[in-house]
Amino acid sequence: MDEFRKKGRIVSAAAVKPAAKSARHGKVKKVSKDYVPPSPYSFRAAMAHGDVFTRLSIVIWGLGNFARKQIVKGILWLAIEVLGIWYFIAAGFPAIQALPELGAKPGSKYQDSEGFWHYRTVTPSVVVLLYGVCAIVILLVFVWLWALEVRSSYKAQVLKAERGHAPGFRQDLYDLTDSRAEVSLMFLPILGIFAFTVLPLVFMISMAFTSYDSNHVSKFDWVGLTNFGTVFSSRMSGDVNIHIFMDVLVWTLVWAFFATFLNFFLGMFLSMIIERKTTKGKPFWRGLFSMSIAVPQFVSLLVMNQMLQQNGAINRLLESWGWISGPLPFFTNTTWARVTVIVINLWVGIPFTMMQITGILENIPSELYEAAKIDGANWWQQFCNVTMPYIMFVLTPYLITTFASNVNNFNVIYLLSGGDPTPVGSTAGKTDLLITWLYKLTVDNSNYNLGAVIGICTFIVLAVVSLLTYHSSGSYQNEEAFR
Amino acid sequence: MSNAMDSRATESNHAQTSAADSVDAAMMATARGGYKSEEEKKREKSYGAVPKKNRYGAREFRDFLSYLLLTILGIIWIMPIVWVFLESFNANPEPYQATFFPTKYSFDNYRLLFTRTDVFNFPRMFVNTLVIACFVCIISVFFVLSVAFCMSRLRFRFRKTFMNVVLILGMFPSIMSVVAVYFILKAMGLTSSGMTIFALILVYSAGAGAGFYVMKGYMDTIPISLDEAARLDGCSTWQVFTRIIIPICRPMIVYQAITAFLSPWLDFVLARTICRTQDTFTVALGLWSMLQKEYIQDWYARFAAGAVCVSIPIALLFMFMQHFYQESMSGATKG
Repeated sequence: MDEFRKKGRIVSAAAVKPAAKSARHGKVKKVSKDYVPPSPYSFRAAMAHGDVFTRLSIVIWGLGNFARKQIVKGILWLAIEVLGIWYFIAAGFPAIQALPELGAKPGSKYQDSEGFWHYRTVTPSVVVLLYGVCAIVILLVFVWLWALEVRSSYKAQVLKAERGHAPGFRQDLYDLTDSRAEVSLMFLPILGIFAFTVLPLVFMISMAFTSYDSNHVSKFDWVGLTNFGTVFSSRMSGDVNIHIFMDVLVWTLVWAFFATFLNFFLGMFLSMIIERKTTKGKPFWRGLFSMSIAVPQFVSLLVMNQMLQQNGAINRLLESWGWISGPLPFFTNTTWARVTVIVINLWVGIPFTMMQITGILENIPSELYEAAKIDGANWWQQFCNVTMPYIMFVLTPYLITTFASNVNNFNVIYLLSGGDPTPVGSTAGKTDLLITWLYKLTVDNSNYNLGAVIGICTFIVLAVVSLLTYHSSGSYQNEEAFR
Repeated sequence: MSNAMDSRATESNHAQTSAADSVDAAMMATARGGYKSEEEKKREKSYGAVPKKNRYGAREFRDFLSYLLLTILGIIWIMPIVWVFLESFNANPEPYQATFFPTKYSFDNYRLLFTRTDVFNFPRMFVNTLVIACFVCIISVFFVLSVAFCMSRLRFRFRKTFMNVVLILGMFPSIMSVVAVYFILKAMGLTSSGMTIFALILVYSAGAGAGFYVMKGYMDTIPISLDEAARLDGCSTWQVFTRIIIPICRPMIVYQAITAFLSPWLDFVLARTICRTQDTFTVALGLWSMLQKEYIQDWYARFAAGAVCVSIPIALLFMFMQHFYQESMSGATKG
């Protein structure tokens, strides 16, 4: 039994441990059933109970493993140590040292021994910043590996004392496929997330505290919170100020609200019409509305953009019918543009909602309706008391994430209206969301610092909205409900 | 029959919502729904049974109203698609014409799109995107499966921490890191024109592990007793993963594979930042460029032709996926 539990840290086995532990301590400690107790081979324990080899392995990595005849493991640790120290001497520490200054001033000259003047080739500050950030991240990883290594030495010592021999390399490899499978399975995915999600984010966030804008392309400096001051300043001049920011923020929230809830209710309405018992040809209607999904979103958005231009197809059509005398200002009038993007987003989004809700309608247990009928509920009462609560129960987490993805809905706005209409001299158009504004500021105007500040603000808005709601939703708290 | 259609409809829906980076919480409920067809049929009888009590005239009037509404909406939904299709055969390639639909039709746009490759090399873009899509598909399915398995089946320290961190990372606007990703790729030497395909594969698939939520939700519905039985038979965790869980997850793997396969066809933000020269463009980027001011006069109709060319494989893939989903759904969890 013990062997079985040790071998597979499956859910049921894990659930037994905390209870046993709290019983031993004689006090009731509330732990979730997913709780996994910390490893007994901690760094602190290694320092307190380790023998001389374990303690020396702080300096010479893998020494503890060598002493316990874990030769391959010891060699690996030693190799990591040598590689790490070589990296920090060659590149890491110089990169970190260059961080406070962010590279030399451009244009500085020096005279060589023969009297000729040379311009110093200067590394652009952005490269210095990138290498510095990378070096810091690698340093943190190195320290973490160091702690792991000391713990590994201590573990070898304890296991040797308990069993007479420490597990060999072959056993370690087998453990990686079994009791420590999470290490082997998660290694590459986490590496990917680290390199292309975390690192860029740290890099971008650090840009928010520099003067990296269109005037300081190659050499910029740390400026502290100045950029936050610029974004929230009430000065009317400048690319960015609190008025534009509030405009865009309010429109972003309005847009996300309408885009989420109009889509939801109209999609539900449509699917309920199609699901009416007397509607014939249900597959045909569903197929018709899902046709628009098969066309890639960016294509249909670009087409819509073309059709809605001043002299585009829609205006032509309406004029040829004689319904309007001049072109409708789809993307030139603020209100028109805002309503247009919301309506077009309905065109894009309703088929998705429709099919989702169709699936859920199919899943509502029939007993609920039977019970409602026996109680004499009419159609409307059934809808309010059975259909709606069920849909909301299933879709609340989905609605929250949809709201979040609408706040970040780059494609619809950028491809459809491009943020137009844009007031003269303003960096943000009237239909720009925070995210498209950010994109314009960074990619089109090279104001990376302001873009980073706006990105951080977007994050804060989203985090407040979604963490509050997501953590109270069922799918987070009760993830094993369906097993 | 109706049951079959519904599951298909549901499935295609999931493909798209998650393509838009949303965690699809309804997945679990709908996925489970796939295998209780008899109950559904029973309920289908009861659902909507109430209007029967009404008088016949009122009911027919309501039917008429709903058909009218469905027809009007159907026309609105289908119109732009019909328009692109007809425009791709337009003999007159200029934008902003006097009539809504073309007046003369020809095959020239398609012919020019595939032969005139000096400005936009459409066949090259197509091949680029195809290669990227295949690799991204394989890598991200592997990433998603392994992370989802760890999150759903294993219990280890930092599991909850990891889930929370991923949740928080997902809230940072992804556009924000596009520029940083470019600088990182540049530092790795992957932005020269020969390497951009590799760079795009890396960028599209590296973060895939963070999109494990839908797959984890699906794995959470697989009975834990299957794992326990396999373990008693002497399977290691990896064997449980590869022999028990992966076969059961086949429908979700197809779904995940197709969303991953589609992402390079649909994304143009990253591609625009990373691909700086014409010969490295992806399809999405190329189509977008055709509508920019300097090209639109010549390329308008060819844009429509290119859009049709991209839509057809994606639509076919969609249908294939729904079939596959349907078939495997019926057998998976019963066995």
